Amino acid sequence: MTLQPDTFKSLVKVAAEQVIASAPELTALDQAIGDGDHGTNMKRGFEAVLSKLDTIGAQPLDEAFKTIGKTLVMTVGGASGPLYGSFFLAAGEALAGKKLPEDLADVFGSGVNAVSARGRSHAGEKTMLDVLVPVLETLKADAGREDLIERVRTAASEAVARTAPMQATKGRASFLGARSVGHVDPGAKSSCLLLHAVCSTLEARQ
Amino acid sequence: MSDTVGIVIVSHSRDIAKGTADMVRQMVGSEVKVAFCGGDPDGGLGTNVPGIIDAINDAWSTKGVAILVDLGGAETNSEMAVEMLEPERRKMVVVCNAPIVEGAVMAATEAAGGSSLEQVRAVAEELTAG
Repeated sequence: MTLQPDTFKSLVKVAAEQVIASAPELTALDQAIGDGDHGTNMKRGFEAVLSKLDTIGAQPLDEAFKTIGKTLVMTVGGASGPLYGSFFLAAGEALAGKKLPEDLADVFGSGVNAVSARGRSHAGEKTMLDVLVPVLETLKADAGREDLIERVRTAASEAVARTAPMQATKGRASFLGARSVGHVDPGAKSSCLLLHAVCSTLEARQ
Repeated sequence: MSDTVGIVIVSHSRDIAKGTADMVRQMVGSEVKVAFCGGDPDGGLGTNVPGIIDAINDAWSTKGVAILVDLGGAETNSEMAVEMLEPERRKMVVVCNAPIVEGAVMAATEAAGGSSLEQVRAVAEELTAG
């Protein structure tokens, strides 16, 4: 698996289109335990990313990550903007001097740390980190395995499902206390959708 | 020096942001620069990083700017906006951990007396400590 520029461009396109198509589902999840704007916000952010697809596709990978991050920060309009934005900005920063796929876990880990710092949160609080952290662990543990993509896909799906019985202690859902139990976290779901889109695109290119 | 700390109000709602700014202006008149940002980039409920950056620059003073926010997303987006400022301005902006309306009025009243950014922040945050 080597990441060619045209592969990266199609990754971004497929992931953005997936989030845009899933906006109603994300909004429905957020209406249950949050403020009901996650789908709309993510759609606005990823439409802005799509509008810059040619620029992103022509940039070196680290710059492309930063363009995606900055675009999300400036357009999403909810807490998920700075959170996802910080992921891409930090991952882009970490990419300088690194190689993919060899350093994937390092680069992904820098992004996850940035989300954690921005949200002052960690895994177990019913947030996107409850998908990002298990996926990072899979990337570390299974680096180099032939079935890494499938393992990442499974790790993300299982991690989303595990957010349902959690009680939220971060974000708007924490206001609900015990009533947040029983619903999948919308941020965890959008992270899973993005990761699945990346997995599917990489598999199709293998 | 006659310059006073500027006040920025960031709410998910434009009406709340504007209403809070109106109350602040009624208290302190035009001595303190007050700017606000409310709503997402499409005008719905939410927050908006470019709008917050503009508000900080509008309220800019050599003594710095204190930001008052409503809910979590406003705080996260305000912190992001601060990091996107020119480097020399970043350390002169604080996001106060205080209730938005009371915090803004108290902060602006303190600022009007010529207090430092840290004093303005402390007065706003006393509301949370109690």
